[in-house]
Amino acid sequence: MKRAFLLLRRRAVGSIVVLLIVIVGAFFLLEAAPGDAVDAYVLSIGGGDPALVQSLRESYGLDRSLFARLWLYLTALAQLDLGWSVAFNRPISAVIFERLPNTLWLMGSATALAFSLGTLLGILAGARPRSACDRILSVGSLSLYAIPSFWLGLVLSIVFAVQLRWFPTAGIETIASGKQGLARALDIAWHLVLPVCALGFIYLALFLRMMRAGMAEAWRQDYALAARARGLVRRRIVLRHVARTALLPVVTMLGLQAASMLGGSVVIESVFAIPGFGRLAQEAVALRDAPLLVAIIIVSAVMVMIANLVVDAAYALLDPRVGAAETSA
Amino acid sequence: MTLLIRFLRSPEGVAGLVLLGLLISVALLASVFFPRDPLSIAGPALLPPFQDRAFPLGTDRLGRDVLAGLMHGARASLAVGIAATLVAMVVGALVGTIAGFAGGIVDEALMRIVDAFQIVPGFLLALAFVSVVGASLLVVILAIALGAWTGPARLARAEVLSIRERDYVAAARVIGMHPLEIAIREVLPNALPPVLALGSVIVAGAVLTEAALSFLGLGDPNLVTWGSMIAEGRNVLRTAPFLSIIPGIGLVLTVLGIYLFSEGLGEALARRRIRA
Repeated sequence: MKRAFLLLRRRAVGSIVVLLIVIVGAFFLLEAAPGDAVDAYVLSIGGGDPALVQSLRESYGLDRSLFARLWLYLTALAQLDLGWSVAFNRPISAVIFERLPNTLWLMGSATALAFSLGTLLGILAGARPRSACDRILSVGSLSLYAIPSFWLGLVLSIVFAVQLRWFPTAGIETIASGKQGLARALDIAWHLVLPVCALGFIYLALFLRMMRAGMAEAWRQDYALAARARGLVRRRIVLRHVARTALLPVVTMLGLQAASMLGGSVVIESVFAIPGFGRLAQEAVALRDAPLLVAIIIVSAVMVMIANLVVDAAYALLDPRVGAAETSA
Repeated sequence: MTLLIRFLRSPEGVAGLVLLGLLISVALLASVFFPRDPLSIAGPALLPPFQDRAFPLGTDRLGRDVLAGLMHGARASLAVGIAATLVAMVVGALVGTIAGFAGGIVDEALMRIVDAFQIVPGFLLALAFVSVVGASLLVVILAIALGAWTGPARLARAEVLSIRERDYVAAARVIGMHPLEIAIREVLPNALPPVLALGSVIVAGAVLTEAALSFLGLGDPNLVTWGSMIAEGRNVLRTAPFLSIIPGIGLVLTVLGIYLFSEGLGEALARRRIRA
């Protein structure tokens, strides 16, 4: 436990530097965007004279030098103030935190589906490398891995929502249904089935392939040979010795794919019209709200960072070798 | 040469090679078969596929030929994918090599920048970049490369660090080879295979990212791409689902071809390593 904590502390310190680089980069992206917040505001109130524009710029500090503005941005961020969204006419942090839960549900369910089913099928394929079952699963997972998630989402909604009418085509819950408690949770789950499948299937294929490759590698190791020589039951060798070692890289991948899954949720949420964080990014682009878009990038970087820290800690708990240098040092 | 023979022996590799060869010839022949702009109106609107000989795959909402769009789209997809990968590989290799050779504070600073790019979702970065700068072919290529150069940078750095210490490099130095000659004749051929394997995966990712960008309407508006065709078909998803499905199949085949190709390459390389 202490080992995991020390490792986590060192990683967290390193992450702050990386996050600072992200913020500075995001700030320069914001600077590169045509127009600033005052331009957008003046446009939204139907124009104003140059004196008003000038006084607004002064009050927001937008007339100062680049570094003074960067400092203003950083101090505001330190107080969790992400700025003002002109498009929504609300604080950006309020807009983002309202949208986050939907995306976390979507990503969490997709990860759970991909990880459980992916490792399970991976064990099935890796139990006997080069068997017929392995070949079928390998080719199947490779094909699944090649399907773009947004197209898969469209095809799923054509088949299961438009033709068969099993699931709704869009949205996160039935509008104005007045459902509460468990009924509402079931309603949301029913709406999430297709998007979760569309988002999760690619990672399912990824985890399956990683698990299978790791097990094929583990079969070649001496300890697998030793286990076989000891005459252990095959199922015990597969589960206790071979699959166990192959699981570690898959756990690492769980953190690494957080960033790409967050990117994937942008398109999936647009396909299924889910009012989430990813769809917010697309709305920010459509409504030309650069400060909101930049805030989304920073928040997503923080989320990916947290996911990686959690996975690091889990990894340290699973593998006693990780971070062993930390306690001795 | 033996690598090629080994590659041709793996069924995955051959299947991938055939698929990619087919797609590249389709992309190259697009202008021969369909010299007209694929965005121009060619016939009646919403013609279903396999009905009219003049339009084997039907027409879209505005009467544009789907087959022409599909073939021109193959060209756009492959061109963007390959160009973005080249940019990402060159930038990544440069940064990684500098970090690996320089070491110390330069290495530390460059790798923290690589970390920063890795925790930002590449698709969001591309989305933001295109929306700030404005959509055009070049901007889309750069936007995709922006999220893809970190992999090559890490790989190049690791390769530099490991190859620098190998015996054959030391031997080349002892016999008085020029450092540039060592780099080109000794280091490069050994560092190339993993770079190629990574490159094919990046091309696949770039093709998918480009499709997703143009699906959201952030591609070059003057180009037909598979992503924009799927988005266009989405407007009539209930009545004419084939408009969205057909270009998607093109995407799946392209990405599958690339993966099979890299699978075959990986298998051939693994066998070489076992022999060596």
